[in-house]
Amino acid sequence: MQKYILKRILYMLPVLLGVAFLVFAILALTPGDPGSIILGITAKQEDIAALNAQFGYDKPFLIRFFNYIRDLVLHFDLGTSYSRRQPVVNDIIARFPNTLRLALMSMALSAFIGVSLGILSAVRQYTTLDHVLVVVALVFASIPGFWLALMLLMFFSLHLKWLPSFGADTFKHFILPTVTVSLTSAAGLLRLTRASMLETVRQEYIRTARAKGAGEKVIIWRHALRNALIPVITTMGTSFGASLGGAIIAETVFAMPGMGTLLTTAIRQKDVPVVMGATLFLALLFSLVVLVVDILYAFIDPRIRAKYENGGRSRE
Amino acid sequence: MNKQRSRRRMQVAEFWRRFCKNRTAVIGLCIMALILFIVIFADVITPYSRCITQVGSERLQGPSRAHFFGTDEYGRDLFARVIHGSRYSLFIGVATSLMALVIGSVLGASAGYFGGVIDNAIMRVVDVFMCVPPILLSLAVVAALGTNLRNLIIAMTISCIPGNVRLIRSVVLTVAEQDYVEAAKSYGTGNGRIIFRYVIPNAIAPIVVNTTMMISDMILSAAGLSFIGMGIQPPAPEWGSLLSNAQTYLFAAPYMLIFPGIFIVITSLAFNLVGDGLTDALDPKLKD
Repeated sequence: MQKYILKRILYMLPVLLGVAFLVFAILALTPGDPGSIILGITAKQEDIAALNAQFGYDKPFLIRFFNYIRDLVLHFDLGTSYSRRQPVVNDIIARFPNTLRLALMSMALSAFIGVSLGILSAVRQYTTLDHVLVVVALVFASIPGFWLALMLLMFFSLHLKWLPSFGADTFKHFILPTVTVSLTSAAGLLRLTRASMLETVRQEYIRTARAKGAGEKVIIWRHALRNALIPVITTMGTSFGASLGGAIIAETVFAMPGMGTLLTTAIRQKDVPVVMGATLFLALLFSLVVLVVDILYAFIDPRIRAKYENGGRSRE
Repeated sequence: MNKQRSRRRMQVAEFWRRFCKNRTAVIGLCIMALILFIVIFADVITPYSRCITQVGSERLQGPSRAHFFGTDEYGRDLFARVIHGSRYSLFIGVATSLMALVIGSVLGASAGYFGGVIDNAIMRVVDVFMCVPPILLSLAVVAALGTNLRNLIIAMTISCIPGNVRLIRSVVLTVAEQDYVEAAKSYGTGNGRIIFRYVIPNAIAPIVVNTTMMISDMILSAAGLSFIGMGIQPPAPEWGSLLSNAQTYLFAAPYMLIFPGIFIVITSLAFNLVGDGLTDALDPKLKD
């Protein structure tokens, strides 16, 4: 098992290098150089060239990429923001806590709502309650996050004046963004939990449990739920990525100083180092979460652990 | 040959019967037909000129008989803009999903079927793409290429391919492991014949379901990207950019937010409902 974990951690390095190269290459296609972005197109040609040289922008693409990775690995230096002229690391340190808080709160809320209602829906399959829950989940899965955000903002901030409409200072500021992000992903989790529960209930071992006369409660809580939650837990890892994506939109609507607003403004200002740094940071975070979930998954399910230890091609 | 054809027809009839048993799925299909009708006959319902005519005296007017959905800050008829906006949303949703499906199928099927070096090469690149949240990837591509309809479609397709590759690879792997494929191989059937005769027909159900749901997702993403100004640019009446406008007039003109949003939700919901119905109708395990 340790060997597997170590292998996975080592494998993250080339993947992250790949992400860095991917984003660097995409951004290299973006028109404009740092000199003319900072000084404006009316500046003198020599000044622009001098500034470009200062940023190392006069060198060819691969050298620039190599230098970027070298600074990152040796000095943890993500470069300097074009627009603010200060280290990108400072931006990330200032913005990240808000996004993390939003993503974690949303994940907790959506897991709570999604899993509990999913179980309820599966246990009461074909009742009115089940039908209503399934349809409501589908409706929420079809609502664009930003629209839900604006509707909530209009209702709770503008009309009822219960909650603030922008900023990230107090807990109250986080309520509407959290609800926005979590309602959409709770819908997905509800559907998944329900499907997984129904699938599990059809298994042989549940029939065995019934045959030996176990009560319905024991069957659901002891036998079915533990198996049914396995795919749900794996999805939580990827849904963290979705929470990050949702956070980008929610932050824009609620004007929260987080990674999402940092990124969207940086993209608009063509502030390449900020975009690079923020994207790499989010990718690192995302792959760490997926890794932790995968390891947890192996601990929960001995079948998976055996498969990992024997190597072999996995289905996923 | 004739026998085969009649068997195929029976399968389709059986599938249709099971699909129709799901009432919500049929409702979804009806909504889909209605939206398709709006897209095709948008010009008949209301002329495009109404989308762009600016009437200074009729700015930010609430819904009335003259303007069903009210007017925007330039006095343009919101009903006409929403109706014609359906063309953008549906076109982007379907186009990106189909492109991502085709490219994803070729890559995923090659990875799953051939395995080895090909599998490794494709899947390692997919791993890299999967590390970046889709919306971020789309944003970066749009930033690099510039904001217009074509680039939006390219960006969204790229962000959608990795997930497709993974899904199709896993489906193909499941089918390729079945005994009937082994049997076909044992009497010397060629790769091409195995792929078209066995793998594709057996893999089609999950892929159809996934594509339907993907269209719904893409409609939402396109609206989201336009909303933050990285998609279709105003004055085009795309639903996302209509909502982006509405943001400024939340208090004075809430209807500007409500109507386009309802259209997005209904369209996306229709595809989700149909996808759900297809899942049940195509799943042999649920056969009664």
